[in-house]
Amino acid sequence: MRDTQIQVDGLYKIFGKDPISVMPLIEQGKTKDEILAETGHTVGLLDINLQIQKGETFVIMGLSGSGKSTLIRHFNRLIDPSVGQILVEGTDVMQLGKKELQEFRRHKMSMVFQRFGLMPHWSVVDNVAYGLKVQGIDKTERRAKAQEWLNTVGLGGYEEQYPSQLSGGQQQRVGLARALCTDAEILLMDEAFSALDPLIRSEMQDQLIELQEKLHKTIIFITHDLDEALRLGDRIAILKDGMLVQVGPPVEILLSPADDYVEAFVKDVNRARALTVDNVMKPPAYRVTAETIGGALKQMKNSTGDYGYYFNKDGYQGILLKETLESVPPTSLDDQLNAENWQVLPGISPDALLEEVIPDTLATEYPLPVIDDKGGLKGELSRDCLADVLGGKSRSV
Amino acid sequence: MFDAKFPSMDRADLLAIRKGLDSGYREFSRAYGDMIETFFDPLLSFLIWFEQLLLDAPWWLVLTILVGIVYGATRSWKLSVGVFLSFLWVGYFGMWENTMRTMSIITVCTVISIALGIPIGILMARSDRVQMVVTPLLDVMQTMPAFVYLIPVVMLLGIGKIPGVIAVVIYAIPPVIRLTNLGIRLVDKEVLEAGDAYGASSVQRLVGIQLPLSMPTIMAGINQTIMMALSMVVIASMIGVKGLGQPVLKSITNQYFTMGLLNGLAIVALAIVFDRASQAYAKRAQRHMGGLENA
Ligand SMILES: Nc1ncnc2c1ncn2[C@@H]1O[C@H](COP(=O)(O)OP(=O)(O)OP(=O)(O)O)[C@@H](O)[C@H]1O
Ligand SMILES: [Mg+2]
Repeated sequence: MRDTQIQVDGLYKIFGKDPISVMPLIEQGKTKDEILAETGHTVGLLDINLQIQKGETFVIMGLSGSGKSTLIRHFNRLIDPSVGQILVEGTDVMQLGKKELQEFRRHKMSMVFQRFGLMPHWSVVDNVAYGLKVQGIDKTERRAKAQEWLNTVGLGGYEEQYPSQLSGGQQQRVGLARALCTDAEILLMDEAFSALDPLIRSEMQDQLIELQEKLHKTIIFITHDLDEALRLGDRIAILKDGMLVQVGPPVEILLSPADDYVEAFVKDVNRARALTVDNVMKPPAYRVTAETIGGALKQMKNSTGDYGYYFNKDGYQGILLKETLESVPPTSLDDQLNAENWQVLPGISPDALLEEVIPDTLATEYPLPVIDDKGGLKGELSRDCLADVLGGKSRSV
Repeated sequence: MFDAKFPSMDRADLLAIRKGLDSGYREFSRAYGDMIETFFDPLLSFLIWFEQLLLDAPWWLVLTILVGIVYGATRSWKLSVGVFLSFLWVGYFGMWENTMRTMSIITVCTVISIALGIPIGILMARSDRVQMVVTPLLDVMQTMPAFVYLIPVVMLLGIGKIPGVIAVVIYAIPPVIRLTNLGIRLVDKEVLEAGDAYGASSVQRLVGIQLPLSMPTIMAGINQTIMMALSMVVIASMIGVKGLGQPVLKSITNQYFTMGLLNGLAIVALAIVFDRASQAYAKRAQRHMGGLENA
């Protein structure tokens, strides 16, 4: 179990003149629209409880207006909660004084913005160094560090340019470099890639994944794109009208959506590209290791299916069919199993995307064995199973 | 029932009010006039010194420095040559000294307006309450005929440079205040949020983000302020401010058309020079902020 880095307890945010006065209405269970009509207050967040672990990429999803930006801005207190508590590494951020809050923002968290939020009057390198400048680090030192991060994000050579001279994707790389430059452990990214076109966007996702493998930051990433969420997130939280409707790993969201809202979200996702074999495979029918035909038949007696996957000392060899084995004359039962007895059938890796295994799975009527890189049999994937998952049927995990 | 006459205040009462206020103010100025004058003494000495400096310096030196400043700020040869020619023209028609006097007072008034106006604008931008109080005051300052507030100023300080400067500043300061306020309020919210998110203090926010990003708007305000100060030159001359305004005033009373026109044109030339130079400077200073407007 990893350490909890951010913990949110009973968080409510109500926008308006007198937020607390609206709390009784919320307790009565009135909806966001009713409360807005009756009191003119907007309910931003409703009873949010969350824990974000150190080093994970936590994605927050939801439709426009569901409160994603409001939630993420509570973590560094750009917005104050109406009710509730936010603990960052055990520190209650509401208890921080003005100076402490500044220090907290300077060192603990950094943020990447949807529209980049770069300073148009400063060069790229000065933008990247901004966090260090605020900390009071001297010019040569901060520029040197900023230069390193610029190189890391692939913008070496652009240091003296101004943000307006860069493309959107390049500007967001500057935004990312600025966020990384302060070495803060927590990275807040509010729709950081939403303003970019699809190609650049997936490049940026790759870059983020690659950086995260090295840096192990705690990343809180907002998006309204499920493909992006599935790709980046260790866990995904789904917000609806200020309420948290589901939190869980991507597969769970995909395969067992908590309600219709989540289901509508996951409906259009390209599952073949989002799920791996591991996510959908069934337990294997049977693993056969006997050396003789008779031995194999004996082993397969206990199995329900009419086939088994044959392994010898060289590992997985192919599929053994009961039918074929039973058709050999009884005199040959003590013969060694040989290549004529089994059919060659490709094994697939548990980490392969469904997309990659579709052709092989469809090519045979028997389920394919799932074999991990140590040669162990992990499960099997049948074409019916594949069709069910890709056809959009949910499954309880 | 329906009287033709408006039910106005009794004449006697009105008179009493007038007398009361007038004598009250007169007493106030008698009691504190000297003190206030002493308060402004350093400014007066500076005004005199600066005017004398411009007058005593050889004309070619002043001209060289002026053109040098314009070129340094704008990097525009065209503009610099234009400035050079206008001042030659002004001097050739015998208006050099008055132009120097006007330029000295306008420069001082502009500097005072900026020095007071930008901080006031900043305060206004930071607090809606301050904005609520200051905005109507600015409206009054801009619409009240200058002659009306000249009266108490002259009663208090007599005729001369200081009351002139005060009158000009009152008239010219509103744009720089208004546009500083506006500019700061219009700064891109996301850029400010970025500042906050990285832990900028309020001073770092102001100096690093708000002021630089509102500079185009503030520069527009300063430009307006300069123009308005220049347009006060004639009125200021009525309370003893020497310069291009005085001959204009003289020509009105004596119906010297040509003299009025020439001095008027000199004021226009000064205005154009100030305007173009400050605008070109502003543009050059903001050349990297192109992305800001379309962001
Ligand atoms: N400063 C504010 N004053 C009043 N209401 C606000 C304020 N900020 C946000 N809201 C309201 O809170 C709700 C959530 O807004 P929020 O910006 O968090 O949505 P979001 O999920 O980030 O949406 P988007 O995807 O469009 O960015 C909305 O109904 C919005 O109107
Ligand atoms: Mg948002």
